[in-house]
Amino acid sequence: MPQVFRPRANALAWTVLIIAAALLVVAVCLAAHYFSSPYYSGVDRTPPQPVPFSHKHHVGELGLDCRYCHTSVEDSSFAGVPESEVCMTCHSQLWTNARLLAPVRDSLKNDRPLRWQRVHDLPDYVHFDHSAHVNHGVPCQACHGRVDEMPLTTQKKTLFMQFCLDCHRNPAPHLRPPDAVFEIGWQPAGVPSEARQRYGERLMARYHTPTTERLTDCSLCHQ
Amino acid sequence: MTRDDAPLAPARLDSATLTDRVAAVVLPARAPRAWWLALLLSALLSLLFLTGVVYVLSVGVGAFGLNIPVAWGFPIINTIWWIGIAHAGTLISAVLLLTRQDWRASINRGAEAMAMFAIVLAGSYPLLHLGRPWFAYFLLPYPNIMDLWPQWRSPLVWDFFAIGSYLLFTMSFLYLSLLPDLATLRDRARHRVQQLFYGTLALGWRNSARHWARYEQANRVLAVIAAPIVVSVTGTISMDLSVSIVPGFHFTIFPPYFVAGALYSGFATTAIIAIILRSLFGFRDVITRAHLNRLGIMMLCFVLVVDYAYMCEIFTAFYTGEDFYRSVYFDRWTGPYAPYYWGMILCNVVLAQGLWFRRLRESVPGLLCLALIADIGMWLERFQIVITSTHKDYMPSAWDTVTPTRWDWLIYAGSIGVFFFLLLLFMKLMPAISMHDMRDMLHRRRHRQPKGNPRRERSHE
Repeated sequence: MPQVFRPRANALAWTVLIIAAALLVVAVCLAAHYFSSPYYSGVDRTPPQPVPFSHKHHVGELGLDCRYCHTSVEDSSFAGVPESEVCMTCHSQLWTNARLLAPVRDSLKNDRPLRWQRVHDLPDYVHFDHSAHVNHGVPCQACHGRVDEMPLTTQKKTLFMQFCLDCHRNPAPHLRPPDAVFEIGWQPAGVPSEARQRYGERLMARYHTPTTERLTDCSLCHQ
Repeated sequence: MTRDDAPLAPARLDSATLTDRVAAVVLPARAPRAWWLALLLSALLSLLFLTGVVYVLSVGVGAFGLNIPVAWGFPIINTIWWIGIAHAGTLISAVLLLTRQDWRASINRGAEAMAMFAIVLAGSYPLLHLGRPWFAYFLLPYPNIMDLWPQWRSPLVWDFFAIGSYLLFTMSFLYLSLLPDLATLRDRARHRVQQLFYGTLALGWRNSARHWARYEQANRVLAVIAAPIVVSVTGTISMDLSVSIVPGFHFTIFPPYFVAGALYSGFATTAIIAIILRSLFGFRDVITRAHLNRLGIMMLCFVLVVDYAYMCEIFTAFYTGEDFYRSVYFDRWTGPYAPYYWGMILCNVVLAQGLWFRRLRESVPGLLCLALIADIGMWLERFQIVITSTHKDYMPSAWDTVTPTRWDWLIYAGSIGVFFFLLLLFMKLMPAISMHDMRDMLHRRRHRQPKGNPRRERSHE
């Protein structure tokens, strides 16, 4: 009786097995690459806005405080996006004819709010409260990056759960005293980097920050 | 006890005729009419299963009869039931191999296939019960952007690892024991497609002494690993219940109690499969009355442990002096689910005593009835454990009853269909009786070798 397989069937079988193993490795690498890519996380995403508002100019160069426009950040879960009236506190006097600002003037005239596009968008199953963070010494910069260097507002952090947990598991190195929360690029004066952790822990005691166990409880954010 | 030495195979059966007969079931395209009929019936039931699964996936777990004290209904009952059935397969293929029981030769293949398909079904129920099964991969410890590890304190994760490792193990055991037989089929096949199919699956088995030595080695290593699995998987599943402080769940006797129940229902199902093999493919002289008798004895052993556990549990409940534990029993005896409790007692305590009679164990209809009673009884047991414990625990304000919906019953009945559909296909496509184990047994019987292991003795020379 003739053989069912020729000798080269062995080589074929090995080739198939090796290719399958290689494909598995490639698939894992591709998946890891995809999930860490800016395409997936949205890092460096700059959504187009109705008016090309520059945080670099307003914050970096003019030195406006965050709370001048984001008025509810200390009292509410939502930081607040300014009404056109807020823009007009200055722009009714400055650059009154600038074409760039025409949508703002139209908005005020027609009483129709500007449609700002959200840059930092968390999934709906996450409860995030701005006031809880800024009132416990978490600076804006921790999540929003150096907005004073952004001509157009860009997402700088992944906002993955990993990113949230990094801080919730050990908030100390990020915390600041109340008067420094809204400053950008602030460093504790006279605190060497190796003492930063202890400095933050003292702040945690002052803020009565909940324990790490509570801070990493599922229901804290997934209510 | 001379009657216990009833022959496990007729004297005229030799290796060549046995191989011919087993291969003659698999290789020709034709199959007995009864096989087609059974396949059709089970295929229809499988369609019901698929319908139920699609419905539950599209509308959610609300389709099951669940509510908030009774959050675990049919899916968990059926998981425990199916995983229990799987256990006898492992016991036969591993523990009876290590203890050198010759009579396992003709039924071990059927029992392993049974284990394989029962585990698949046992694993599918918790996934359905998740509600969002597409997130089932959250149970795996893998690097992820949530920076989370599975919750090791969660019974769901234990289930996942228990059932997952059991599935992997059973697959490798079943496939390994199939290898020499697949090579036999490859060599006997005349049709090109069959030659390629069995030839590819046989992985180049050439029947050489070296192949056999490695086979024996691997088989024994797997058997030694498997022996603890027989107790650990159902033990783990029982802890899903017993780690909670719910009266009716919280008993230290649960792991051995569940293992005994698992093996009881598993041997019962093995008996059903042995009877199907006998009557569908005419293997009456290979799976003999002596085999049925032994399966019946195994069932009897384990049902007695189960009955002991019932008494023990009731004793514990009353001995604690806790009103909550006692009231669970009064509720089981007289409450809304009392018919299930007394049904369980009827099957597992009263009717199961029929197993004491050799005449019943050796008769095909007798053992078939006892096996069906065992499976029904064990299902009722799981029902009353899962449902009656939670529906009435501590706070009267939290008490509620639950009624199984039509989807519960549909998916349950359908899963039995899927089980037999896969099993019937397996019986036709694969040698349902292990040819090499049988030849080994016949050879040793003929040459009157003691129940030792000749190959292993040779390797020591």
